[in-house]
Amino acid sequence: MFEILNQDTFFRLAQGLKVTLELSFISVLISLVGGVFFGILMHSKNKFLYAFCRFMLEFVRIMPLIVWLFVVHFGLAKWFGWHLSALGSSVIVFSIWGVFEMMDLVRSSLASIPKHQYESGLSLGFNKFEVYLFIIIPLSLRRLLPMSINLFTRIIKSTSVIYLIGGIELIKVGQQVIELNLFQNSYTAFVIYGLILLIYFVLCYPLSVYSKFLEKKWS
Amino acid sequence: MDFDFLIKFSPMFIQASWLTLKLAIYGVFFSFLVGLLCIGVSYFKFSFLNTICKIYIEFSRNTPLLIQLFFLYYALPEFGIHLSSFTCAVIGLSFLGGSYMAESLRAGMEAVKKQQYESGLSLGLSKWQNFRYVIMPQALGIAMPSISANIIFLLKETSVVSIIALADLVYVAKDLIGLYYKSNEALFALVLCYLILILPLSLVLNRIEKRLNYV
Repeated sequence: MFEILNQDTFFRLAQGLKVTLELSFISVLISLVGGVFFGILMHSKNKFLYAFCRFMLEFVRIMPLIVWLFVVHFGLAKWFGWHLSALGSSVIVFSIWGVFEMMDLVRSSLASIPKHQYESGLSLGFNKFEVYLFIIIPLSLRRLLPMSINLFTRIIKSTSVIYLIGGIELIKVGQQVIELNLFQNSYTAFVIYGLILLIYFVLCYPLSVYSKFLEKKWS
Repeated sequence: MDFDFLIKFSPMFIQASWLTLKLAIYGVFFSFLVGLLCIGVSYFKFSFLNTICKIYIEFSRNTPLLIQLFFLYYALPEFGIHLSSFTCAVIGLSFLGGSYMAESLRAGMEAVKKQQYESGLSLGLSKWQNFRYVIMPQALGIAMPSISANIIFLLKETSVVSIIALADLVYVAKDLIGLYYKSNEALFALVLCYLILILPLSLVLNRIEKRLNYV
C-alpha cells in the first residue's frame, strides 16, 4: 500500500509544492505591501477614497476566487490577446484579492485604536509622526498580525484552485503520480491524496497556531 | 456579446445555479449541525469527544476543500465506499463548514457573560436548559455576523465541485468556453449567476443580523 511513497514520488510532489509555495509567497508579499498602502488610504478621512476602496473590497469579495481566475485567465486572452499562463493569472488574482482583504484588516485595526490614544500622545508632547511611530503603529500591529496570519493561511489554502485553470501545482502533480502508479497499486489515490492533505495541513497548521497564540498573548 | 447564444444556453446556467444553491443549502444545514454538535460537546465537557472535535476542527480548517473532495471522491472507493458526487460534495462542504461554524459559535458562546450561566443555574435551570434557553439565544445573536459570513463563504466554496464532475456554474462555463470559444458570453453568465445568488442572500443576512442583535 505504501510502496509508492518512494524517492521519485516525493521528488515530484516537492516540485509541485515548490510552485504552490512560490505562488503563495509572491501573493502574500504583494498583498502585504499593497494592503498596508490601501488600508492607510482607506483609513484617511477622504470620503471618495473610502467609497472607492469599499466598493473594490465588496466587488472582489462577492465572487468566488475561481470565477475571478476564469475571468482573468480566459477574459484577458479574449479581450486583449494576453495569453497568460495559469500561474501568471493566478498571481494577478491572488494578489488583488489579498490586497483588498488585507486593506480591510489594516483599516479595521487602525480604526480600533481609541481616539484618546492619539490625544494623550499629543498631550505628552510627541509630534504627529512620533505619535504614529511609538503609539499607533505598535498598537494596531497587535491587532493586525493575528488576523493577517489567518489571511495568509487562507491564501495558501486557496492556491489549490489554480488546478482548475490548468496550473501544474501540488494537486496536479499528485494526480500525475496517481495515474502513473494506478495499475501497480490499488490504494494509490488514497495514499497520495492523503499525503497532499497532510502537506497542506503541515503548511497551514503552524501558522494558525501561531496566530491563535498571538491573539491570546496580546488580547 | 452574442445574446442569442446566452438565451440558448440559459437553461444550463439556471440548472447549474439551482445545483449550486441546493449544495449550499445542504452544506449550510449540515455544517450548522456539525458546529452545534462540536460546541455541545465542549459545553457538556465530554473530554474524550472534545479532543476529537478539536482535532477535526484544526484538520478541516487547515486543508483546502478541493483536496478534501478529491480524497472523498477518488480515495474512498478504494475501500469499497462508493458515494455519488453530490453526496461527496455535501459531505465535503459540511466537513469544511462544520469547523468554521463551530469556531464562530464558540466565539459567540465565549462572549456570553459567565454571570448569565450562573444566574441560570441559581434559578434552578438544568445544564441543558441553560444551554437551550440562556446561552444559545444570546450566543447566536453575537455569532450571527460570522455565521452569515460563513454561509456566504460556503456558497462561494461550492464553486470547486466541478472537479468531481458536478455540473455547477464553473463547470458549465468551462464547458462552453471549451466547446464554442464563447468566453465573453460564458464569463458574463457566470458572473451574473453568482451575483444573482449571492447579493440577495447577503442583503437578507444583513437584515437578520440587525434583528438578532439584542446585546
